[in-house]
Amino acid sequence: MIELKNVTRRFGQTVAVDHIDLTVETGEVCVLVGSSGCGKSTTLRMINRLLPTSSGEIQVDGEDIAGMDLQRLRLNMGYAIQGTGLFPHWTVARNIALVPRLLKWPKARIQARVSELLEMLDMDPARFAGAYPQQLSGGQAQRVGVARALAADPNILLMDEPFGALDAITRENLQLEMLRLQRQLKKTTVFVTHDIDEALRLATRIAVMDQGRIIQHDTPENILRRPASDFVENLVGRQDRGLKLMALRPVRDLMTPHDKPHPAEPGADGLKEDDSLRLALSVMLWQDLQQVAVFDHLGNETGVLLRQRLIEGGV
Amino acid sequence: MRTWRTPILWLAVLLALVLGMEALEPLFRLIQPDTQGVIYRRESFLFLLGNHVLLVLVSATIGTLAAVAGGIFATRPLGRDFLPLVSQIASIGQTFPPVAVLALAVPVLGFGEGPTLVALVLYGLLPVLRNTLAGLDGLDPAVTEAARGMGMSARQVLFQVEIPLAGRVILAGIRTSVTINIATAAIGSTIGARTLGDPVIAGLVNGNTAYVLQGALLIGLLALMTDSLFEALENVWARRVASPQPVA
Repeated sequence: MIELKNVTRRFGQTVAVDHIDLTVETGEVCVLVGSSGCGKSTTLRMINRLLPTSSGEIQVDGEDIAGMDLQRLRLNMGYAIQGTGLFPHWTVARNIALVPRLLKWPKARIQARVSELLEMLDMDPARFAGAYPQQLSGGQAQRVGVARALAADPNILLMDEPFGALDAITRENLQLEMLRLQRQLKKTTVFVTHDIDEALRLATRIAVMDQGRIIQHDTPENILRRPASDFVENLVGRQDRGLKLMALRPVRDLMTPHDKPHPAEPGADGLKEDDSLRLALSVMLWQDLQQVAVFDHLGNETGVLLRQRLIEGGV
Repeated sequence: MRTWRTPILWLAVLLALVLGMEALEPLFRLIQPDTQGVIYRRESFLFLLGNHVLLVLVSATIGTLAAVAGGIFATRPLGRDFLPLVSQIASIGQTFPPVAVLALAVPVLGFGEGPTLVALVLYGLLPVLRNTLAGLDGLDPAVTEAARGMGMSARQVLFQVEIPLAGRVILAGIRTSVTINIATAAIGSTIGARTLGDPVIAGLVNGNTAYVLQGALLIGLLALMTDSLFEALENVWARRVASPQPVA
């Protein structure tokens, strides 16, 4: 658990972060979102003390970080940033092994961990372990950046616009990967972004920041349904909210289940239970369907989603 | 082995000339037909070469250590305030011609190897300092930020990340510094240091072109040998420590 209590950060005369209170519960993903200069990165960098606070207190699991040994604090916090910050003179394997080496893990354990992480991120260890960062694509480099942050299995993950420099398709892939990882790993995560869609997709709770203050701290659904101010309402897109809400809910929520799942006919078209309602609507509109079959991850048909139901109950 | 071929080749040519200059006597007689001694014999070339190399080596070691230390200091949080000052000094220093540095050293320090050494150290500092600053300051800030954020200590960041990445630029600075100082050390002969500049000065004073040529030839070869040695070192550094080129 991370708690910020009345934290302020000034740069000379400017107040970058203005008396904020924020609690990130264990295992949740807190996304700080706002336009550039709103203080979100500054807030993140105070948590691992890359920047000192001007006043206020930050606690990690109840302990004031100001009194903690700097190395111990940071080695227990994975850190991934925009542009990856990978060391260009080290191989992928050595980059990932950075924190385990600092923690003096035995060699065999480090090697096993590097392979495990590469596989977890869908990169072939045989091909990538010995490669250098410049030999990777932007998406691959960012995966390695995430692997490096996760290497020593830290309790906390700090991510500063990690996908900011990637193209839209790669970014979406990595966001999905991030969701998948988070379901397995349940790291207490603070994630900074300026992209509200990224925030809505990844967050357990979103903290909307403006001019150094937290305007609203709530679940994605509540941010969409009950924006606390005009600023938040504009940020989420006043008229786009219906579709954004649908994007938050899985098909499973509204489908009419079969009494007994049965195997799908070969070549049958349909949706997966985890697909969003927004996707379902898109499919129905495009193919002009009144209902769509829903499959589970094994490929069995478990139910159908009716267009009527979706229109009435989707938002 | 291929890396070191060029410097070894130049070294062989240099040593052959130093030891066997006599063999070229007929050649120099063509240039200077009406003079008795066409080969410089007041001091052995080997002694002059040794002294020359020693002067450069000592001054380069002191200069490099001081300049790299200064560059590191000026790029630490503690020394950041001095960075503009230090880099200005480094740039201004470059506009001084080496001869002027020597000329200024004499009234203060007198004649001989001592003042030459001081002048060489001072002049050799600047290219190394400039490149150390450029190398360390020019690193991708994301890399050092990630290094600190992941929990590396300041010392680990410096020795495992910054120096290896800036090393090639620093090495290029040392290369410039040493090459210039090989030439500057020769001018040291005008203020009484025993170097390969001796035959050049003696030749100029006595109107003996053959002497001048012998000195110039050896100084040139020494500079070429050193330059190719550093090129080889830079390549080794790039291959072993810094990053390889991306494969297409």
